[in-house]
Formats: sequence, structure tokens, C-alpha cells
Amino acid sequence: GLQLLSEFGDEATSAANPGATTIHIEGPSESPTHQPGLPRGSGGEEDDELLGNDDSDKTELLAGQKKSSPFWTFEYYQTFFDVDTYQVFDRIKGSVLPIPGKNFVRLYIRSNPDLYGPFWICATLVFAIAISGNLSNFLIHLGEKTYHYVPEFRKVSIAATIIYAYAWLVPLALWGFLMWRNSKVVNIVSYSFLETVCVYGYSLFIYIPTAVLWIIPQKAVRWILVVIALGISGSVLAMTFWPAVREDNRRIALATIVTIVLLHTLLSVGCLFSFLFLECGSFGHGIYCRKAE
Amino acid sequence: MAKAAESSGDPGTTSPRPLMRDLKAVGKKFMHVLYPRKSNTLLRDWDLWGPLILCVTLALMLQRSSVDSEKDGGPQFAEVFVIVWFGAVTITLNSKLLGGNISFFQSLCVLGYCILPLTVAMLVCRLVLLAEPGPINFMVRLFVVIVMFAWSIVASTAFLADSQPPNRKALAIYPVFLFYFVISWMILTFTPQ
Repeated sequence: GLQLLSEFGDEATSAANPGATTIHIEGPSESPTHQPGLPRGSGGEEDDELLGNDDSDKTELLAGQKKSSPFWTFEYYQTFFDVDTYQVFDRIKGSVLPIPGKNFVRLYIRSNPDLYGPFWICATLVFAIAISGNLSNFLIHLGEKTYHYVPEFRKVSIAATIIYAYAWLVPLALWGFLMWRNSKVVNIVSYSFLETVCVYGYSLFIYIPTAVLWIIPQKAVRWILVVIALGISGSVLAMTFWPAVREDNRRIALATIVTIVLLHTLLSVGCLFSFLFLECGSFGHGIYCRKAE
Repeated sequence: MAKAAESSGDPGTTSPRPLMRDLKAVGKKFMHVLYPRKSNTLLRDWDLWGPLILCVTLALMLQRSSVDSEKDGGPQFAEVFVIVWFGAVTITLNSKLLGGNISFFQSLCVLGYCILPLTVAMLVCRLVLLAEPGPINFMVRLFVVIVMFAWSIVASTAFLADSQPPNRKALAIYPVFLFYFVISWMILTFTPQ
């Protein structure tokens, strides 16, 4: 893939990939996608890092040239998988260690959103939840004579539907909402649909180790794990989307961020809790589901 | 199902190949999976008979008797079938989207044939389950499944890794790992009524 050297310390990545094509773009250049009348470099360094002003114009120039194949060709979809291993690792690392003031999209995605991460993170999460729910039920009832172990494969399809629906529909709704607000209020930062999907997909990564650790049958441990996961995941999303609504009406901006975090909480509560606190087993005849503990 | 290689010396004829020759080709590929070396046989002369036989065998063994299969929530025959083929297609699409230069059916062929070690593990587990249940029983099954899982991964990596661009190998291999992990989990958690 193409790589850009910018002033934000990409030397490490280019050194790791010596065979890749690199393009230098020197000096500031006018980008047609910037809102007119925006003073560059205003608002301090923190704003620059959040908005990625210095490198966004370079990346957007090339982004316009990348996705030129018509949507019915295979090459069009290959542009969404144009990531290398180290890039995926970097994005996962960015989703797990949110740095205050750094914008996930501008820092890691840089106009190269991929669908590899969201798709396989969701797939892994589905199986992690199903397997760990299975294991924790098994461990709880270890030694009980009447308990017959049930693999519960139906749960996998339910989990898959919920998680994939969340990973696609919520970004779609959020992106639609932000586009609508963009038509009313001039916003400096706007994200494409794929970038939104990408952020949401990578933000779900923290739930994978959380689901695995939920095998531990201590209620306090599980609560702490969920709070930590929600904190990390929610803060990645909040810090990413705050610049996109900041220019708007204060109440609408806050309501948007609160809704994002609320939906994320709903996902953890609905999905994880029901899978792990609801056990299904066959006691004697038939299958019974009940609340655990 | 279509064969990639034509019969040598008769490029124009459409006479059907004898059954024994087909069976020998499938058997030869089984050997290549059991002793994975860097060879092109699986890729060059791909066929989907072997994967079909293995998938049907695995699905039959994972299924329970019809009396309690509805209630126990275990995989039905069709569910195993769908998981294996849907998983293989998804992995193939993924590796092609990442820029791999392997053809669709070649990749399906390799992934299907590399289920062979796990099918053997299923056979062994079913035999072990006839004995006294207990922790030793479980440890034996766990050991067998882990070894066969590693064998499947090594075999499929040996065949698939070369077709990927070098800086994306891990991205293409990870879904294979997940695929065989899920199948191994289904085998390990199989409990007959």
C-alpha cells in the first residue's frame, strides 16, 4: 500500500516497511474538502492533534485517488482491506489505550479505513462470548450430578446477529445524524461512513479479553471488568466524535455523546450480562433457562 | 464437481475418469495433509470431494441421536455443514481481498482437506467417550484435540502462507486459526447422551 511520511513521527512505520512506496508531499496545500475561511493552526496544539489538520489535507488528496473502481468490481472492495499487519496492530493498540486529546480516526485511520478489523473483531467477539458463557456455566455446575452439559450453539447465532447489527447499524445512524447536522452547522471535522464503522469496530476489541476473563465466577470481578471495558471503549468513541459535534449547539453535542455512550452501555449490559448470567441447562428432561446466582 | 487438471495426453476427450483414479487422488491429498511439506499438489490439482467427505463425516459424528438432539442444543448436521462451508468461503474471500493470489476453489480445497486431523480427533474422542467418564477421560480428549488442532493449523499454513503478500500473512492466517479453533471447540465439547 501507499504510505505517507508526515511530521507526526511516521519514521518508525516507514522503517518497518522499507519496501513500500512512499510519497513526500511538502508544504501546506489547499484541500477542497476544508471548510472555507478556516484559520489553520488556530486553537492550540491540542486542537491540531484532535483535528489532524497538518496531515489531513495530504491524506485526503490521495484518498480521492484510491477508491476509483466502480462498486461492482472486486478491486473496489479490495481497497477496504488495504492494511498491513502492523497497521491493524496499531489500530487495536489505539483502541485499547485511549490517549486523552488524540483522535483515533486522525491518528490511526488516516483516510484508510479498513473493514478487516471490524469484521474479524466482531467474529472473534461472538465466539469469545459464546465459548466463555459456555465455560462459565460448566464451571459453576462442575460436580452437580443432575446437570447435563449443553453446548448451547443457538447462542452463537443470536450473539452474531446482535453484535454485527450493532457494528453496522449504530455507525450508520450516527453517520446519518452527523451528516444532517453538517448541513445545518459548519463542522470542521466530518467522518465518512467507513471511518465511523472502523472506529466502532475497533472500539469493540476491548470486549474480547473482557469476555474471556468473565469465566471467573466472582460477581465483583465481573462488574469491575465491565466498567473498565466500558470506560476504555466509551472514551475512544467519545474522544473521536466530540470534535465532530463540538461546533454545534451545546445541548445537541452533549446529547449525541451521551447517546453514543448509552448505546455502548446497552450493548455490554444486554449482550454480556444475558449470556453469562442466564444459564441454560438440561436438568432431567428438557431445557430450562434461569437467572444465575 | 469440476476438476482443475485435465487427463494427460487427452485434452479433447470428455470421457469420465475412472472412480479408482479419483479415489487415489483424494487419498494422495490426505497423505499430503498428514505429512505437510511444501508441495503444490493440493493447490494444483484441487478437488472438493475430499472436503465434502470430511465435512459429512464430521457432521455425522457431531450429531446426536434424534431423540435428544432437539433439546440438547448441540449442532445439527446442517449446522456443522453450514459452519464449515461458510467459514471456508469467508476465509477464502478474506485472503483474496487482502491481495492473495490463490484461486477461490484452491483455497476451499486446502481448508477442507486440512480438517482431516480434526476429523481423526473426533473419531478418537468418540472412542474415548465409550470408556468411563471422568477427568482423565477429559484430559485425554483435550490433549488429542489440541495436537490435532495444531496439526491442522501447521498443514494449512504450509499451503496457504506462500500465496499471501509478506506483510499481511498474519492477517490472512488469523481467520484460519479462528476457524479451526471453533471446530476444535465443537469436537471437545461433544458429549453423547
